Amino acid sequence: MESIHALKSQDHSSGRLRKDKLVLGGVIVLSLVTISPIILIIWKLVAEGYRQISLDFLIKNTPDTFEAMTAVANGELIPGGIANGIVGTLLMVVLASALAIPIGVLTGIYLYENQGSFMANLTRNISDILQGVPSIVLGLISYLWVVKHITMGFSALAGSVSLSIMMLPMIVRSTEETLKMIPESLKEAALALGVPYHKVILRVLIPTGFSGLLTGILLGISRILGETAPLMLTALGSSTINLDMTKPTSAIPLLIWEFYNDPNMIGLIWSSSLLLMAMILILNLVSKQLAAKRR
Amino acid sequence: MTISTIAEVKNPILSLKDLSIAYDKNYAVKNVSVEIKKNTVTAIMGPSGCGKSTLLRALNRMHELYENITTEGEALLNGQNIYEMPAIKLRRHMGMVFQRPNPFPTMSIYDNVIAGYKLNGIRTKKQERDEIVERSLRDVALWEEVKDSLFKKGTFLSGGQQQRLCIARALAFSPEVILMDEPTSALDPIATSKIEDLLVKLKEHYTIVLVTHNMSQAARISDYSLFMYLGELVEYGKTKNMFTNPIDPRTEEYLTGKFG
Repeated sequence: MESIHALKSQDHSSGRLRKDKLVLGGVIVLSLVTISPIILIIWKLVAEGYRQISLDFLIKNTPDTFEAMTAVANGELIPGGIANGIVGTLLMVVLASALAIPIGVLTGIYLYENQGSFMANLTRNISDILQGVPSIVLGLISYLWVVKHITMGFSALAGSVSLSIMMLPMIVRSTEETLKMIPESLKEAALALGVPYHKVILRVLIPTGFSGLLTGILLGISRILGETAPLMLTALGSSTINLDMTKPTSAIPLLIWEFYNDPNMIGLIWSSSLLLMAMILILNLVSKQLAAKRR
Repeated sequence: MTISTIAEVKNPILSLKDLSIAYDKNYAVKNVSVEIKKNTVTAIMGPSGCGKSTLLRALNRMHELYENITTEGEALLNGQNIYEMPAIKLRRHMGMVFQRPNPFPTMSIYDNVIAGYKLNGIRTKKQERDEIVERSLRDVALWEEVKDSLFKKGTFLSGGQQQRLCIARALAFSPEVILMDEPTSALDPIATSKIEDLLVKLKEHYTIVLVTHNMSQAARISDYSLFMYLGELVEYGKTKNMFTNPIDPRTEEYLTGKFG
């Protein structure tokens, strides 16, 4: 009798344990499903792309189709690299940041200082809408504004303008959110020392929220680093390094698109993607670190 | 206004004449007239919402941070109407210490003390700065504790030390009046008693106006007390007299704990 009893209670508890294990298993499986794409992507990029990564890949221009074809026919690595794309991307991202950061930070400060005012709400809503505008549309707009009227042709400047519009709402939002998180008491402390208002913002609030601002900016940069669509309509591309902002310029994502369209260049797709992915990943990790440091 | 609210003070450093403060026409402080004597500790007491913090903040015009707030009447610092001078200039004469310690988190202890000069862009020589920092930290009895770690962040200090640092920051400018808004309410009893001792010493050189919730604190350290209720000044006089022999029945009820 007793043994049956014991068995029964054991049965009961093992039933619960089984259920617990089932749920735990389910959670683990679903988590793996969530992270598997990124793992598979990185794995594929490394496996396919590592062979082409070398110093030449970073400092040489893209080869022409004939060079690539010969190399592939002889079973060799494709010569040359994507220096034109790396330089173009850096150039455009730096200029886009130079345009977007001051405007975005100042707008963020304005929104923070005027909570609830009609103009601030309007600005905030428009900035949110801007964030949702498809990037190709921003490319079209920049094409109309800059390519058609300022540089009279495809240019790095046009690319930077479209990228900076993309970045702007992210910086506005992160600036406002960061400033909101700073305790009111710090502002009071500075004001009570007779510090004028603009200096309170510049010398107390911004330094205090600096890592938060930087996090938002880095995330904004990593967002525009991989943008392709607006650049197709603005920067167009170039097979050599170009430092003239008014001339067509290449970028890493543009090159990936070009390689995709040229059967001889397929070998370079993966290595270019790997480099781009690594840049974005590093920026993301750095901004995560900064955000963690803040807490 | 009854006779009971007026204390005879000679050569007041600060005198309020019919001062009223309103948020959107709701009066938080009504017709307060008070003369505050130099080199004393004056405590403002009263139950929550009686307008004591509003009154204190109006004295260095921090209340102007809020919208729709208006003041009527006068407040004179050494005979000059504070509402007619630039707020920035006034605040350098009227230091303020807040409820919770609020050192600047990005600055070292040294920079926190000298912050008033630095943030205002007032140029000083290194030697002068060193002297100001040492004097201010000695004034708040913090020098011995932090002299070897002046360049560490102020936020590493304990709560009580941070509050003394904030007092040092206010003292660095050699203000005439120091306004304190419940400066010990976030501190433990030991840190509180250190700050209380400090205030009694500081009145040799400064005039202190202190808002406090804590009646025994007012009794321990203040020379004059103000009792406020529902925005009105109920009674003002020497602390000793007020605690032993209050004139207004409301003061007596508050002091004996019948409300508050």
